[in-house]
Amino acid sequence: METALRWIVLVPLCGAAANGLLVRHLPRRAAGLLACGTVAVSFALSVRVFMRLLALEPAERLLTDTLATWLAMGKLSIDIGFTIDPLGAVMALVVSGVGLLIHIYSLGYMARDEGFTRFFAYLNLFIFAMLMLVLGENLVMLFVGWEGVGLCSYLLISFWFNDEANAAAGKKAFIVNRIGDFGFLLGMLVIGTTLLPHMSPGEGVFSFGTMAAHAPLLAPAATLIGLLLFFGATGKSAQIPLYIWLPDAMAGPTPVSALIHAATMVTAGVYMIARLHFIYVLTPTALLVVAIVGAVTALYAATIALTQNDIKKVLAYSTVSQLGYMMLACGVGAFTAGIFHLMTHAFFKALLFLGSGSVIHAMSNEQDMRLMGGLRRRMPLTWPTFMVGTVALAGIFPFAGFFSKDEILWRAFDGGGIWLWLLGFLGAGLTAFYMMRLVSLTFFGTNRASEAVKHHIHESPATMTVPLVILAVLSLTGGWIGIPHFMGGANHFERWLEPVFHPEVVVADAQGGLGTVQAIEQGALGETAAAVAIGAHVVRDATGSAHHVGAEVMEWTLASASLAWALLGLCLGWWVYGKRQAIAARLQSLAGGLPYRVLLNKYYVDEAYEATLVKPGYALSEKVLWKSVDVGLIDGLLVNGSAIAVAVVSSILRLFQNGMLRFYVYVFSTGVLAFILYFTLSA
Amino acid sequence: MGLTHYLVLAAAMFLVGMAGVVIRRNSLIMLMSIEIMLCAVNVVFAAYSRMHGDLSGHVFVLMNFAVAAAEAAIGLAILVEIYRLRRTVNVDELKTLME
Repeated sequence: METALRWIVLVPLCGAAANGLLVRHLPRRAAGLLACGTVAVSFALSVRVFMRLLALEPAERLLTDTLATWLAMGKLSIDIGFTIDPLGAVMALVVSGVGLLIHIYSLGYMARDEGFTRFFAYLNLFIFAMLMLVLGENLVMLFVGWEGVGLCSYLLISFWFNDEANAAAGKKAFIVNRIGDFGFLLGMLVIGTTLLPHMSPGEGVFSFGTMAAHAPLLAPAATLIGLLLFFGATGKSAQIPLYIWLPDAMAGPTPVSALIHAATMVTAGVYMIARLHFIYVLTPTALLVVAIVGAVTALYAATIALTQNDIKKVLAYSTVSQLGYMMLACGVGAFTAGIFHLMTHAFFKALLFLGSGSVIHAMSNEQDMRLMGGLRRRMPLTWPTFMVGTVALAGIFPFAGFFSKDEILWRAFDGGGIWLWLLGFLGAGLTAFYMMRLVSLTFFGTNRASEAVKHHIHESPATMTVPLVILAVLSLTGGWIGIPHFMGGANHFERWLEPVFHPEVVVADAQGGLGTVQAIEQGALGETAAAVAIGAHVVRDATGSAHHVGAEVMEWTLASASLAWALLGLCLGWWVYGKRQAIAARLQSLAGGLPYRVLLNKYYVDEAYEATLVKPGYALSEKVLWKSVDVGLIDGLLVNGSAIAVAVVSSILRLFQNGMLRFYVYVFSTGVLAFILYFTLSA
Repeated sequence: MGLTHYLVLAAAMFLVGMAGVVIRRNSLIMLMSIEIMLCAVNVVFAAYSRMHGDLSGHVFVLMNFAVAAAEAAIGLAILVEIYRLRRTVNVDELKTLME
């Protein structure tokens, strides 16, 4: 029992409740401090629990805190409880740590907003739901958090609800996420029906520990479960085909984009797949789908980001693309690499979003990069921190993004094949290019804004710049905990997550350096069917291959190639958009401007959805569901029909209730007479 | 005089009473007609009682008297009240329940 766990989750809820209930009575300063304070408490407790985990033996790093039994019906039992292991610890630290920085930033960014208190209530509620998602002890708790962050995302995207477009963006995010959640729920249902017959009472069927222990039983349904849950993940983590909501979500306040739509919530899908890796390793099919979708999304979103003019939309598509990398990592069985990139991405993408917020703040809410430029000298803190984020995202050594993205590309090459690697590799170069385009258009050249706006350009207050500086430091150093072996590092990050993803390896090591793979396979053959053998195979791929002879040469080659490729992207981006604007214009009109228009309009995917799903949906709703079913059947036949039937019958019956006493008696006596006659005659 | 005579008399009284209730509009007359019907029943009870040499029929007759007296008392009281309120005892005009 580790009772600190519940407070990590619940303290932000208290903040949300206080701010939400006292929204009209709390002074701004108190509301802001309360919100930041509760998240700070969560962060401090997370650090404490992390220290406690660190003190334990690797194989025993698992703390739980059970509050109550939520549901107990026969064999079905669900607890309200929290658990933390190395994976949960990473997530809790990222969520509460980055969350705290963004809370502090919001103090400055939202300072003059009317909905200040409401904003912080939502933000705290979000932190609560996200921590519940990452620390929940079972899949149901995870799902509650999953829905909670979806709700907060909706509330915050349409935070400025007076604007029609913002409200529409919120609705779009909500509905697209619901479509994904449908897959998630179905996946849970399949897990439940598969496992339930094997449960003993009181054994939580959705508990991660139980599911992992019974994983071989899930093998027959693993592909179905894996695909259904991944569909849920495509909704939350904005992968093809459900990524369309994320760019629109930029309608929300910028700190929200940084916290929810870059650093935390959108990574929930990656976290969920990593958390349920023991199911995914049973199903090569589902893993392959995850890997392909991830790799395609990574490249696809990067191409769209090339042409966007809204500074936040570029970052949004970049997020979609980076989430694709994380999915690619999970898909090739390199969950550690996926989580590593999740963490570093949280640092530099939060930094970039907050930096863009600082720019937007300075530019009097202008978001179009075509009207920016030359901000370098006017924003002496935003500019270098933004540059750090850009370089980190582009994957330049020794910034954080280099280590995590390179790890993914290497694993993709090693475990997935050259095609998956190539998709990711191309995307990496594009990432560097579009980020440099963004920087060039924003910070270099001459300012293209109107005179009134120009006059107001200023550096942001300290509440906003201090988080920027901290995040910049993290973006630089965050990757150093995962320096891979071939560079002479110890890859502490992988070692840290090892007990979660490869428990067998730890056991094998503890037994005194047994041949890891051998031990796994022996265990697998001795105990259960081929399912575990497949799992072991993936595990071997993910861990063993790093030690291949000659692999180091390959790793060096790939790392150098991607570094050179990213540098080329950066230079080209700077040269085209910073130096020779004419080339940019020529690029636009290439091949009649068609490729440019296609990219600018995001491959017309929204239009395709509109034509194939939305319009027929409207038509179906209007012609069939509304006019036939609702008006015709329900209103006409059922509601009005029954009313008419009652009216007809009653109009007949009313004739007998005329209040004429003598008529009653007459009917009564006639009836008696008829009875008497009947019985007399029949006797 | 055999049993048949009594029964025919009773049937005739009952029919007269019933006709009174059905045909007349004055509620006082209707109450009296009900009394006639009750009396018809009493005659039947008494006749059978005599025929069987058994007293239980008489007991019912006495019960009937008591009930009829109570009914008349209450019925008349109600009628008097209705007359005070509506200035009529014509049942065809007393249709408040319907209207």
